[in-house]
Amino acid sequence: MSEIKAIAVGMNSCGIAAGAKETYEAIKRELEERGLDVKLKIVGCVGMCYREPLVDIITEDEIITYGHVDPKKVPRIIEEHVINGKPIEEWIVKRDWWENGERKTWDVDGYFAKQKKIVLENSGYIDPENIDEYIQAGGYEALKKALQMEPEEIIDIIIKSGLRGRGGAGFPTGLKWKFTREAKGDEKYVICNADEGDPGAFMDRNVLEGDPHRVIEGMIIGAYAIGATKGFIYVRAEYPLAIRRLKIALKQARERGFLGENILGSGFSFDIEIKEGAGAFVCGEETALIASIEGKRGMPRPRPPYPAQKGLWGKPTNINNVETWANVPWIIKHGWEAYASLGTEKSKGTKVFALSGKIKHGGNVEVPMGITLREILYEIGGGTKTGKRIKAVQLGGPSGGCIPEELFDTPVDYESVNATGAIMGSGGMVVMDEDTCMVDVAKFFLDFTVKESCGKCTFCRLGTKRMWEILDKFTRGEATEEDLEKLEHLAYKVKAGSLCGLGQTAPNPVLTTLRYFREEYIEHINGRCPAKVCKPLIRYVIIADRCTGCTACARACPVKAISGERLKPHSIDQSACIKCGTCYEVCRFNAIEILTGREE
Amino acid sequence: MESSLDYIRSYPPEPSSLIPLLQRTQERFGYLPREALEEIARYLGMPLSRVYGVATFYAQFRFEPLGKYVVKICHGTACHVNGAVNISQAIREELGIEEGQTTEDGLVTLERVACLGCCSLAPVIMINEKVFGKLTPEKVRKLIRELREGKLDV
Repeated sequence: MSEIKAIAVGMNSCGIAAGAKETYEAIKRELEERGLDVKLKIVGCVGMCYREPLVDIITEDEIITYGHVDPKKVPRIIEEHVINGKPIEEWIVKRDWWENGERKTWDVDGYFAKQKKIVLENSGYIDPENIDEYIQAGGYEALKKALQMEPEEIIDIIIKSGLRGRGGAGFPTGLKWKFTREAKGDEKYVICNADEGDPGAFMDRNVLEGDPHRVIEGMIIGAYAIGATKGFIYVRAEYPLAIRRLKIALKQARERGFLGENILGSGFSFDIEIKEGAGAFVCGEETALIASIEGKRGMPRPRPPYPAQKGLWGKPTNINNVETWANVPWIIKHGWEAYASLGTEKSKGTKVFALSGKIKHGGNVEVPMGITLREILYEIGGGTKTGKRIKAVQLGGPSGGCIPEELFDTPVDYESVNATGAIMGSGGMVVMDEDTCMVDVAKFFLDFTVKESCGKCTFCRLGTKRMWEILDKFTRGEATEEDLEKLEHLAYKVKAGSLCGLGQTAPNPVLTTLRYFREEYIEHINGRCPAKVCKPLIRYVIIADRCTGCTACARACPVKAISGERLKPHSIDQSACIKCGTCYEVCRFNAIEILTGREE
Repeated sequence: MESSLDYIRSYPPEPSSLIPLLQRTQERFGYLPREALEEIARYLGMPLSRVYGVATFYAQFRFEPLGKYVVKICHGTACHVNGAVNISQAIREELGIEEGQTTEDGLVTLERVACLGCCSLAPVIMINEKVFGKLTPEKVRKLIRELREGKLDV
């Protein structure tokens, strides 16, 4: 076995939340106590969030990754693997090795088998706070290459690559650059939209935390191609670690001459500033984002003029999302042909998705466009963690929709996904099983848009609120057939009567659930919630035959609604029960059931 | 508020400094005191109504002091489908306050957030800077009790 070069711990927000800091400290202590001189470092997230904390043992020719490494597992890893050179087979979740300079990956879940890494190629492999590791991985080579080219040549490459905006709308990136380049103006700007606000989306956070230089390099290349002198990264304030790592990365890039005056002696000058968002979902819309940077309320304005003509402070401005920028260095380095060879006719390259919800393998995945939803959900995602059938997948967050299982053979590309009524969106994929109520999900998203509507357009401000009220009636079992029609009617009005993407797409979660799960709405009219989620429509009861009288539920009940003698069947006082589900959680005998409608 | 905003001059007196100044001020005081907003308005040469207009638009800004501990309940999609509603209900009952409020003793402020980005650990809450994941109503009640008793390391 070759010598151990380093031990790495995955330390993005997801890893830290899973306990990676404690694991890191435990390794540090163990190495110190044993007097071992082994390098310990942090890396970003490799995407296997469901197996975090992850620890890599890195040698010259391979990386062995252990999963769920809590501090208790650390001494054995150090003893057996680091000191004695014997990997602990049963704890290994992933192995990487190199063949002809190309990295190969095997993993215990088959999670990586169908993935193709471009945007995430360094995530989980390099220390995001160390520019040298990015450079060793080939970073900033694309910038050097780009600075030798004519700006028009770069734009041409991006156009030919087929790269489309990864923020959701899918506008061709190269064309956007071309428009901004051709716009008249003494000063031009580029902006990175890192206001990742869709609940259920965490791709951009992972890229910024795990490989910030890739985004910065993409922006510098874009700025050079467009002729911009100043850039902004607009990051949501809820991502403190991403902001911290970006600040470190920007400082290092300036020190190495990749940013600032006369970059690498090319005569081109450019710098980037971070702007922290202040918690407004609508600022993901480009004109609202610009207003926010200008210090105003983040409200969208009509387009045209597009930001390419009149953007930040009235100057030509090009806005791309994090993932879009992160694709740029790879395209410049490997050529447009390599990029365009991946994907489908109209959707080229790869797309990063964040898998969450009831999925077994939750995390970030990067797949070639054109892969089917089924492959992502079952072969990569492993189905549900409950073992239950996947009922639907929600794509695109509050602007997207719920795609039912019968459409899981839909290939993932912009046009095919749009045809289902959902949208590709930024890449959040939330998996739902039989225990998810689709009416409740629709109401959940409407609740979000009601709160996040900026208030400018009447249909968005009031229409979404009225839609929410109708949905609320459904979840209380008080809706009628007429409400169903009203809801649908209003949904189309809101779509048509709103200025920006937020309002135009806000009805999508309702329209898709109405289209694919209409029977669930009708069940609610009849007083039943088939998924047993909507509280006014369910009751918790104790099945006397199964109840052992252990009193666990009675003790746990926060409102003392459960009574009964020890070792005898208990019962729930329905008038006192608040349906919190605590008894259901604590019962070890399966004696508590949830009933809906007229079920006895 | 004891002194004027000593950092104010490090920001150019332009409209685009407004949000960064509000953020810095909230970092300092934990909320936005009226006097500070007046000072910012004077410095940037804009009406106080405009400063309030911007400050109230964004969810990040608060106009009342925060509790010692801030409990953020994630209501993202992944948390929602994994039972965030029940988590929220348990916390609200334990603390006797609603989302957006602070306990009378000033110990805990309860906030709802759209997504903390830790979807694979859903449902999650964040207490100050620390994330707690894979929660159940039972677990979260225990957490909150420990927090009140000062036994939780956050």
